[in-house]
Amino acid sequence: MDEALIRSLTPGVLTALVRRGADFAAAEDAVQDALVEAVRGWPDDPPRDPKGWLVTVAWRRFLDAARADTARRRREDRVEEEPAPGPAPDVDDTLQLYFLCAHPSLTPSSAVALTLRAVGGLTTRQIARAYLVPEATMAQRISRAKRTVSGVRFDRPGDVATVLRVLYLVFNEGYSSDVDLAAEAIRLTRQLAASVDHPEVAGLLALMLLHHARRAARTAPDGRLVPLAEQDRGRWDTASIAEGVRILQAALARDRLGEFQAQAAVAALHADAPTAGETDWVQIVEWYDELARLTDSPVVRLNRAVAVGEADGPRAGLAALAALDDTLPRHTAVAAYLHERDGDLDTAARLYAEAAHKAPDLAERDHLTRQAARLNSRPR
Amino acid sequence: MAKYLLLKHYRGAPEPVNAAPMDQWTPEEISAHMQFMQDFADRLEKTGEFVDGQALAPEGTWVRYDGEGRPPVTDGPFAETKDLIAGWMVIDVDSYERAVELAGELSAAPGAGGKPIHEWLELRPFMGVHPTVTE
Repeated sequence: MDEALIRSLTPGVLTALVRRGADFAAAEDAVQDALVEAVRGWPDDPPRDPKGWLVTVAWRRFLDAARADTARRRREDRVEEEPAPGPAPDVDDTLQLYFLCAHPSLTPSSAVALTLRAVGGLTTRQIARAYLVPEATMAQRISRAKRTVSGVRFDRPGDVATVLRVLYLVFNEGYSSDVDLAAEAIRLTRQLAASVDHPEVAGLLALMLLHHARRAARTAPDGRLVPLAEQDRGRWDTASIAEGVRILQAALARDRLGEFQAQAAVAALHADAPTAGETDWVQIVEWYDELARLTDSPVVRLNRAVAVGEADGPRAGLAALAALDDTLPRHTAVAAYLHERDGDLDTAARLYAEAAHKAPDLAERDHLTRQAARLNSRPR
Repeated sequence: MAKYLLLKHYRGAPEPVNAAPMDQWTPEEISAHMQFMQDFADRLEKTGEFVDGQALAPEGTWVRYDGEGRPPVTDGPFAETKDLIAGWMVIDVDSYERAVELAGELSAAPGAGGKPIHEWLELRPFMGVHPTVTE
């Protein structure tokens, strides 16, 4: 049994403890202890009933901690009753756990950290490494998050949209470390999709699968970004694409369109094209129109301008771009690309260099610098 | 979730409001300043926003490659450069606004007369991670 499989039991074990009357914060600590023990001991001595084993060990850890705590409180003359053990009902409370960890009272970074620990079963050290902060800082971030949600009732449904935003953040932002956050986000979204029937959950899962499918082709061996049009499509993961498309189609058939389904639809159209030249840009523009209606996001309108440039020619793309605020992130990069397509290479080179200067991350800056260098070094 | 560098300058930053150099403070004022810096870092660790903080010695040496098989060329140490970094703190926060708020608080470190220095701190965002979904 590997670590990810052990960790997949985390939400069930944690909710079992909470159902028995343990408070969330203490239960979460106890489950972490039990997980660490399992990761250490199970490879040599796997239990017959993994979840039962974890519940038993975690509950024992919880009682030990509660007793120590009670003794301490007694010394302080504040006796409190130990929670009574009760039956662990076989109800799937996973969803409640997701809601709690993505509670609107949490900041995005706290919600991400708490979700990875309490739902994902990652250790504080693993999460700290994935976000390049010291372990002590991450430990504080998590215990603060637990305090913030300590008064939240565990049995009220929350808003799925907040959970999806947190999972999207996990998928989209994180440094490379021993934990593959994109894979972890897919695992957690898949688990969520199994406990709630919601087209946007399916939409996000499809979006992640479709993007993850292109991962191997997205970076060159030297680490630089390979843009979609230049990717070796033979390296795309066809199984992941097929699963993403299947999940998306089932979601779209329910006719409750949302942001993630529309984004996934764009990703699916890219995945569907055998070559970059065969991409159905007209349909992609239509999906961006849907997205613009759903979100009113400036990023969507920027992406739409790119798609218009492909569907109706660079002049049309530039016209769409002209209607947008030129301080938007990546606005200059898009302008550079459309000017190059339009044959104005001097303007394109200048704009690529300007875009590189404004790029928010290293991979993108290098990519844009190379574009400028390519045009500047062309024979004249 | 974004990391920022708070740069503290010995020289090169605009003149602070309370500009008396540290060697003209009282020993108690120096202790109060150091305690403030430590408390600030401790507080950020508790809020889950602290990444790193270091002070630098004022003297630096310029070093450069001098060709195959030759030792690097050094120049200095110099104490008299125009811009001198005194130290840094790295924070990991949810927004630019939060970073500005914290830099503002750090700039209130007490100096001469126990009054805030109103020192100018340089706030520099880290280059971020490249998001997966960009197309």
